[in-house]
Amino acid sequence: MIREFSSADVLFIMSAARWTLILSAIAFLGGAIGGLSIALARTSHGKWLRRIAAWFIQVFQGTPLLMQLFLVYFGLAVVGLPINPLLAAAVALTLHASAYLGEIWRGAIEAVPSGQTEAATALALSYPDRMRHVVLPQALRIATAPTVGFLVQLIKGTSLASIIGFTELTRAGQIVNNATFKPFLVFGTVAAIYFILCWPLSLLARHMETRMRRAITR
Amino acid sequence: MTEHAIIMRDVNKFYGAYHALVDVDLTVERGERIVICGPSGSGKSTLIRTINQLETIHSGTINVDGVELTAGGDNVAKVRQDVGMVFQSFNLFPHMTVLENCILAPMKTRKTPRAEAEQTARHYLERVKIPEQADKYPAQLSGGQQQRVAIARALCMKPRIMLFDEPTSALDPEMVKEVLDTMIDLAREGMTMLCVTHEMDFARAVADRVIFMDKGMIVEQGAPDVFFNNPQNERLKNFLGQIA
Repeated sequence: MIREFSSADVLFIMSAARWTLILSAIAFLGGAIGGLSIALARTSHGKWLRRIAAWFIQVFQGTPLLMQLFLVYFGLAVVGLPINPLLAAAVALTLHASAYLGEIWRGAIEAVPSGQTEAATALALSYPDRMRHVVLPQALRIATAPTVGFLVQLIKGTSLASIIGFTELTRAGQIVNNATFKPFLVFGTVAAIYFILCWPLSLLARHMETRMRRAITR
Repeated sequence: MTEHAIIMRDVNKFYGAYHALVDVDLTVERGERIVICGPSGSGKSTLIRTINQLETIHSGTINVDGVELTAGGDNVAKVRQDVGMVFQSFNLFPHMTVLENCILAPMKTRKTPRAEAEQTARHYLERVKIPEQADKYPAQLSGGQQQRVAIARALCMKPRIMLFDEPTSALDPEMVKEVLDTMIDLAREGMTMLCVTHEMDFARAVADRVIFMDKGMIVEQGAPDVFFNNPQNERLKNFLGQIA
């Protein structure tokens, strides 16, 4: 039975967008914690720490996000945990975000001139104090624009969670389309909502990038 | 309290296969002012950077103010609290005001309360003659002013030894004097100083001893009048001829 595409469907899709946002937020926050750990490990003096972090980044940047999602989703079932699409998507996207943010922030940390670390070291500041007060605040300024850029990628990446049956924006669109068979209308609406979420962030990233460039050339 | 500020024995340092410091022996007395010169790549910067362990050494021993640097533990942290360093490129923290630059280390490392740290900072900013710049950011200052802030920042830790790594090499000529004057003041007050510099007038004016390094070795050293007027080593004669 094919029914009409109604305002109830639009509401259904829009309320599913909430899950897209929640999933993005979890993955971004988790990825921020994971990414900071990865970035610090990558820039540390410990050889093994550096190696493990590099390996982690390579694995997660070198495999499709969809495979990571499948591995976590079906992997959870194998180890006897209940199959929970939100949990699986959150874990997979967090790992994915950790790898990418880790790499972005490693670059930002390394872009802070080595003289800064040397001066802080010569002032007898401990490693945590050097990082917290001297290196990371400067790295943050360098990393902000690419980080926001990655957040846009991450929001769009959550659409893959639809494949393991998590009802976020894209999955809601599929459900409505299956009932109404108005693909252009339905997926047009879905795409428009993604655009409304992502476009301001893209603008923000570009704005920050130009401001950053001006700060450097000053 | 030992009577020597720094004792280096048989110090060797390699960068890969490159022998950067070769069997360096150096004893510095308390209050002694030493100028180290030599061609680029001679190991002079490396030498002073081993004193606060910005560079590790491969063999030998370094004793700073009675603390054995190479003995491990928290000796390195202890020594760094008592050894201030000024860099060629200033290395002020650009995201902090001048005052914040000066109080960070005393508050974090020495656990000095903020009010006391700020008072100390203003005192030293006064001494380097820029008290009015306390709330500005480093980028708003001239090179000479930045380097004087860097000196004040190091002094805020109340170090017993100051290391200067080519402090005037990155400055425009008209700003060299204001930094040298600050260093001369410091020297007159009895600070133990090791300065890597090519400012030979500074060496003549304040140094107790001038050291010439070449290829990682201390080749010649002596009081400034002997060092400049009667150099023995051929390479030193050559070097003095070039910079005079």
